[in-house]
Amino acid sequence: MPNTPATPIKNAIEIRNLSFYYGTFKGLKDVNLNIAENKVTAFIGPSGCGKSTLLRTLNRMYSLYPGQRAEGEISLYGTNILDKKQDLNLLRAQVGMVFQKPTPFPMSIYDNIAFGVRLYENLSRSDMDDRVEWALSKAAIWNEVKDKLGQNGLSLSGGQQQRLCIARSVAVKPKVILLDEPTSALDPISTAKVEELVSELKKDYTVAIVTHNMQQAARVSDFTAYMYLGELVEFGVTEQIFMKPVKQETEDYITGRFG
Amino acid sequence: MDKHISSQFDAELTGVSSRVLELGGLVESQTRHAVYALAQFSSEVAEQVIAAEKQVNALEVEIDAELASIIARRQPTARDLRLLMAISKITGNLERAGDEADRIARMVKLILEQGSPRNLPAPELRVAADLATGLLRKALDAFARLDVSTALVILKEDDLIDAEFNGFLRKLVTYMMEDPRTISASLDLLFVAKAIERIGDHAKNIAEFVIYVVKGADVRHTALTEIEKAVQ
Repeated sequence: MPNTPATPIKNAIEIRNLSFYYGTFKGLKDVNLNIAENKVTAFIGPSGCGKSTLLRTLNRMYSLYPGQRAEGEISLYGTNILDKKQDLNLLRAQVGMVFQKPTPFPMSIYDNIAFGVRLYENLSRSDMDDRVEWALSKAAIWNEVKDKLGQNGLSLSGGQQQRLCIARSVAVKPKVILLDEPTSALDPISTAKVEELVSELKKDYTVAIVTHNMQQAARVSDFTAYMYLGELVEFGVTEQIFMKPVKQETEDYITGRFG
Repeated sequence: MDKHISSQFDAELTGVSSRVLELGGLVESQTRHAVYALAQFSSEVAEQVIAAEKQVNALEVEIDAELASIIARRQPTARDLRLLMAISKITGNLERAGDEADRIARMVKLILEQGSPRNLPAPELRVAADLATGLLRKALDAFARLDVSTALVILKEDDLIDAEFNGFLRKLVTYMMEDPRTISASLDLLFVAKAIERIGDHAKNIAEFVIYVVKGADVRHTALTEIEKAVQ
């Protein structure tokens, strides 16, 4: 890497020779990639390039679907999460995910946060109150909802719902947060708020984000991976990818000369 | 270069690039006329050079406005961004080269008005002046074709102008020592020589930005051997 940081970067996740199959279709081809701790790593590329597939392997979301399987190794702080013995509930507590469309539970704002926490921890009422406030503050939405915690989560605006979902994933204190096009259904102001939140989150968490908005990747990420047809074409420091990418394919994509 | 998906974006980039070449053509002819005015001691041609200055300034302002508009609306990246950055810098260098031509023309007028002796070595500036205008033309060619090898040649040839300048300086000193009455006119010529040398420097800067666009390497303030390594 050309920009050698002063302190060596520690990897939260190390992906080795990862291939992914939807039945017989090979969605990811021999991907090797490190996701640095307390940094934001963005995955960009055209539709169908495998960026969401890659994100979904990181908490084994695909295990919900029969016929989908991954080969290779994904090491989360030294543990291979592709191992059959991996406890999936534990994994998803460690690696949280936020989706394209906000997915609040049809319950109160308070319970949206507390629900996940109760699965893993047994907290007293006051400890739970603290945790809910902490998570909502982390997701920069506390001030907007503190007076209506009993209201249904679905009553919030789209941008608020998305930050509520981020709060929900933060509440169980994960190590890594995966964001799958978190702002594609949001207006510019809500988008800016979520982007601001991402820069806040990386102080405590490792963030991986899939986005169709290249400028968003340029704004929020430290590292960028460009993928095409299931392959990792180029991976590097975001600044370098957007100023002087090494590969012609990357340059064509980010300058809008694709296809 | 492959085309963008947005043909409008391509049109905007081509448009602003050709404006730069238009500006370059103006400044190049300004420079040539200034050199001619100097060699022929023509007050009339000097006036033309001075008159062209307004057009150059207006074009510089227009190009800057176009650049700002493209950046605001397109959020360019990678090579496109480097091209726009380079155009901004190249425009500035061209405008300043035009200022130097303007300076030469004004000096020519001044020398004529003072009725200074014509036995000064003004014609000897011709070599450096031709080198400088030639370099400027090459720099514009290199930009038009985004040609790194021409850009490298320019970086080498700028040293020739510097050598000519130093030689001329020594000659002027001899004239001044021999006949103190020529001191005032010699100093005027010295400013002219300096202006010519600066035009060469601007051409060199333009060449450096051509390399930046194509190779992504910022080669300003870099030794020639290092630059050659960077563009390989």
